Amino acid sequence: MAGDMHRSKSSTPAKPGERGQRRPAGSGGGGFRRRRVCKFRSEKIDYIDYKDVRLLMQFVPERGKIQPRRLSGTSAKYQRKLQLALKRARELALIPYATD
Amino acid sequence: MSATKQYELVYIAAPEATEQQLAELHELVAGITAKFNGTIDRTEAWGRRRLAYTIGRHKEGIYVLEVISGGGDLVKELDRRLKVSDLVIRHLIVRVDEDLQIAARAKAQRQATSARRRVARGLPPEPTPEERMRASAALADDRDEAEAY
Repeated sequence: MAGDMHRSKSSTPAKPGERGQRRPAGSGGGGFRRRRVCKFRSEKIDYIDYKDVRLLMQFVPERGKIQPRRLSGTSAKYQRKLQLALKRARELALIPYATD
Repeated sequence: MSATKQYELVYIAAPEATEQQLAELHELVAGITAKFNGTIDRTEAWGRRRLAYTIGRHKEGIYVLEVISGGGDLVKELDRRLKVSDLVIRHLIVRVDEDLQIAARAKAQRQATSARRRVARGLPPEPTPEERMRASAALADDRDEAEAY
């Protein structure tokens, strides 16, 4: 109760971990679309082809960086494969390294 | 002799290359492949494409894909010759047989599992065309929802 007020006013991290809760899931605070399913599992894509630009571009935001899986929801197994495919596609100038 | 493996070679020729030069490039690849007892399984010319970034002074390139079976020494030679070539501005050779095999195995396994479960539920082992349509429609729905966010 008092802790709440205290936390919002003072800048000193009084008791770390006591109110260590994060933004509740689904509150949409970040304003970023969150999609918690792996595209490759749900659509049963076993082989991520580095030549399939249309598929790969879905995982490359504006800036040209590889989208982290915390945003895309891709499973670890497929993120590894996706990463390799994206890097190969970059080498062939199919997708950019960075855009600015 | 080394075991036969399958590779994908993609090379980007300079946009000013003539038809004849492209044919010569293909001949070069075919010649090296033949010399090392390999085979070209498939050739795909993607044609002229915009590069995602400039390579040297080029903004465009002519892409060609060749699927080649052969050994490691063949790849080594191909790599060397393509590096030397002035007409080829970029190339990439990737081994694909293992990854494709793994993917095929995963697919077969999934189908077997699904068939077994379907039979256990008293359904025919293969999904009917109607069911397939419904499944793809559900996927499309998912996508719409995700984009709405």
